[in-house]
Amino acid sequence: MSSSSPSAAVEAAGLAKRYGRAWALRGIDLSIRPGEAVALLGPNGSGKSTLLRILATATRPTHGEVRVFGFPIRTDGDAVRRRVGLLSDRPPLYDELTALENLAFAAAMYGLPVRDDGLRAALATVGLPRVADARVRTFSQGMAQRLALARATLQSPDLVLLDEPYNALDVEGLRLVDQLLARVRAAGKTAILATHHIAKGLAQCDRVIALSGGRVTFDGPTARFAASPAADEAGAWA
Amino acid sequence: MGVSNARHEWRRVWAVARKDLLIERRAKAAFNAMAFFAGLVLLTFGFALGPDVPAGESRQGTLLQELAPGLLWVTILFAGVLAVDRSFQLELERGGFDALRLYPGDRKALYVGKLIANVTIMLVMEILICPLAGVLYSLDLWPRLPGLAGVAILTTTGFAAMGTFYAALTANLRARQVMLPLLMFPVLLPVILAAVKATDLVMHGDPMGQLGSWVKLLAAADVLFLTTCLLVFEYVLEE
Repeated sequence: MSSSSPSAAVEAAGLAKRYGRAWALRGIDLSIRPGEAVALLGPNGSGKSTLLRILATATRPTHGEVRVFGFPIRTDGDAVRRRVGLLSDRPPLYDELTALENLAFAAAMYGLPVRDDGLRAALATVGLPRVADARVRTFSQGMAQRLALARATLQSPDLVLLDEPYNALDVEGLRLVDQLLARVRAAGKTAILATHHIAKGLAQCDRVIALSGGRVTFDGPTARFAASPAADEAGAWA
Repeated sequence: MGVSNARHEWRRVWAVARKDLLIERRAKAAFNAMAFFAGLVLLTFGFALGPDVPAGESRQGTLLQELAPGLLWVTILFAGVLAVDRSFQLELERGGFDALRLYPGDRKALYVGKLIANVTIMLVMEILICPLAGVLYSLDLWPRLPGLAGVAILTTTGFAAMGTFYAALTANLRARQVMLPLLMFPVLLPVILAAVKATDLVMHGDPMGQLGSWVKLLAAADVLFLTTCLLVFEYVLEE
């Protein structure tokens, strides 16, 4: 990577990650501009979640350089964490706390004001205003996913990383994720959506990065994806 | 660190401690296990050693009264392993360990918050266990309460400081429940010895004026453990 480019939301060069003997990522180079919405497509084990976790600083790369908004993740992880919101495949919620208490805890940890009305409004945006005071252990998987969505976007991150956000959601939940992505884009924020849901990815994003076996097999505008060999491969796993 | 930053970090400390205590108050996962274990161990020792066996020629009272300081601390500290282990286990249940890692700010706040919660849970357990030991072993604890409370606070702080640190270190290990006590107890040996000796002196008298030295050792261990754990905790949270 030549130098820190303030015009890039994400820059990665030679990014590789190994778990034991297995390589999850094998030399990823990419650059994502601020305001872009990128669909990260690929079969299970292709490296989508690993890439998102590296960008969120949840895990360190084995090799390569990554900068998020110009901040190197290896040496300036805290600056990166202040700008990134991750919705992971395992929503980090506490079963014995209510929805409101879960959001209040996250708000306190992000250094945001913990105001009851503000948190209730955040719950309303994901369709959970009536269960604000119910414990999360009573929630269905879909409700927990909605709450996790509210939590991931609580601090209005500049880079929103969504790992399979459509999982376990009903039709209304799917619509909420679409609305969230639309809001993120309207606000000029950057979003990376890792999903098996190819149609959703193509509809919601303006760029596709396809991964297979830890390598990038397609990187280009959404409109060109359908005609690419990666799309044929996607037909097999989608 | 500016005043505003320090205030922000203390707010995070309080958020972590409050969250852990709230979860424990509702689920009682650690507390029930600790109380059951501690009660059972105290009872077992009571039956095994017998209530009326004399202490020996040189000492007054029964054998149980003589051994009570050691029995009490063995019980409390082994039960305490359950509390410190639980503090990071609850983070793993729903992927919260990652979430803790991804919050911006000083990671020392996470450690201090967890430590406060663990010390609180252990002290509450001790408040319940000590009267039980008093009844089972015929100990007259009431007149010695201030001294015992001081020793208990110092010992619990040192134990929880190291326990919280090692619980984070072993949280992702498969053999976590084996590794945690194996790693903790050798390091905690000075605290355990000082706690038993100081409690013995508080309960049975201190004709040679040794109590102060043991209390100083406990306090020094607390400062050493807290400082070391605060300095290296950030690296423990790295994957």
